[in-house]
Amino acid sequence: MAWTWFHKFGSPPHFYRLAGKLTPWFAWPALLLSLAGLYGGLVSAPMDYQQGEGYRIIYVHVPAAVLSTMAYATMAAAAGVGLIWRMNVAYAVAASCAAIGASFTVVALVTGSLWGRPMWGTYWEWDPRLTSELVLLFLYLGYMGLRAAIEDTARADRASAVLALVGVINLPIIHYSVDWWNSLHQGHTLLKMGKASMPASMLVPLLLMMAGFTLFFAAILLVRARGEVLRRERGTRWVGEVVGEAT
Amino acid sequence: MSKPVSALKAGVLLVRRDLRLALRRPGEWLQPLVFFLVVTTLFPLATNPEMSRLRDMAPAALWVAALLSSLLALELLFREDGQDGTLEQLAVSGLPLSWLLLAKTCVHWLLTGLPLVLVAPLAATALGAPYASIPGVSAVLLLGGVALSLIGAVGAGLTLGLRRGGVLLALLVLPLAVPVLIFGARATALAIALEPTTGPVYLLAAIAVLSATLAPLAAAAAVRISLE
Repeated sequence: MAWTWFHKFGSPPHFYRLAGKLTPWFAWPALLLSLAGLYGGLVSAPMDYQQGEGYRIIYVHVPAAVLSTMAYATMAAAAGVGLIWRMNVAYAVAASCAAIGASFTVVALVTGSLWGRPMWGTYWEWDPRLTSELVLLFLYLGYMGLRAAIEDTARADRASAVLALVGVINLPIIHYSVDWWNSLHQGHTLLKMGKASMPASMLVPLLLMMAGFTLFFAAILLVRARGEVLRRERGTRWVGEVVGEAT
Repeated sequence: MSKPVSALKAGVLLVRRDLRLALRRPGEWLQPLVFFLVVTTLFPLATNPEMSRLRDMAPAALWVAALLSSLLALELLFREDGQDGTLEQLAVSGLPLSWLLLAKTCVHWLLTGLPLVLVAPLAATALGAPYASIPGVSAVLLLGGVALSLIGAVGAGLTLGLRRGGVLLALLVLPLAVPVLIFGARATALAIALEPTTGPVYLLAAIAVLSATLAPLAAAAAVRISLE
């Protein structure tokens, strides 16, 4: 049957083993790509004639910002799968996404404001991208707060899944409303224009970093989801066997 | 054995029941209204009360106060009916729960959103808005209040029965209300400057319609989860 793999994926012991096997396949390429991207970005890429060396923070800032949104989308997708098929493993994945996504958001905000210091002359400018990123952080915090406030895991899973889905519908609306709000109050920043016309020597390391960050996200998500599955299934026999093997 | 009630009839009955209950306890829904007036009074006290400056700040003051007061009122939306089991009865009644919750949200808006619209002229005038702008300011609050009540219903459903519900409710609802705040405050600013407000008002109306379509479904799912 075509759906067997899907149901198999939903079985916690199977997921635990599969995720364990897959983790190195994501983690090593993530490390290699990030190192290559860092070398390309920090050493071999030329200096920007407008921004000097300061622009190099882009190699951390942009991948982190992209991943912060991608993690929310992954979280909402996993939460939706959990709600529709009542799949415990999907809830475990969704729950593991939140902290990772929030961390990427914080990294994007901090690097963005550090970058803003030489570019705008201030650590915080109400730039539309940074502002949406800040609202995204609040959405993550709301999700984590809701999970923390509900003691029963099953209820926390489903309530937070509804919130994640509402959030994912709202995210583009928030993004465009912030963009619209900002365009009334100030002109577009120079960062926006520089993006598209980037020479290959700058662009290739950025793409490498993005691929590296994405694989890193997948690897860390698998590790955290494994831990989450173990925690949820702690009373069962297979967990006893797995833990027994390890010690 | 009584006859089964149609969904439409049930909605009307629910609206009448909720209105009657609320009118017997005016204190509950008057509090957010007083809160709104107090907060808009605090803004001039916290800054230089020069009329031209206040006028610049009026949209922000009106909208932040409206947002906070609607948040304060949200706790009333499902709490009592959740405690005494009415919500459970609605959930097992066989009628679409999203429809019934939409009816409840409408009552909530009538009791907490509409009064804000009625006192808004007072607050707006005190903040330096010209008289000609009052209809525009009120209309924008009317539209925005509908969207805020609907979005808030989802948050109220999710935090139903939680011990630390109040602060969490704010944390859940405020980020989702950002677009309403942006378009509402912008439209109010245009109205106060006596300029056409069509653009942001249309966007606000779009958000209100989208919320009216989707928020009751999400609220129903949230309430069902919270009741289990």
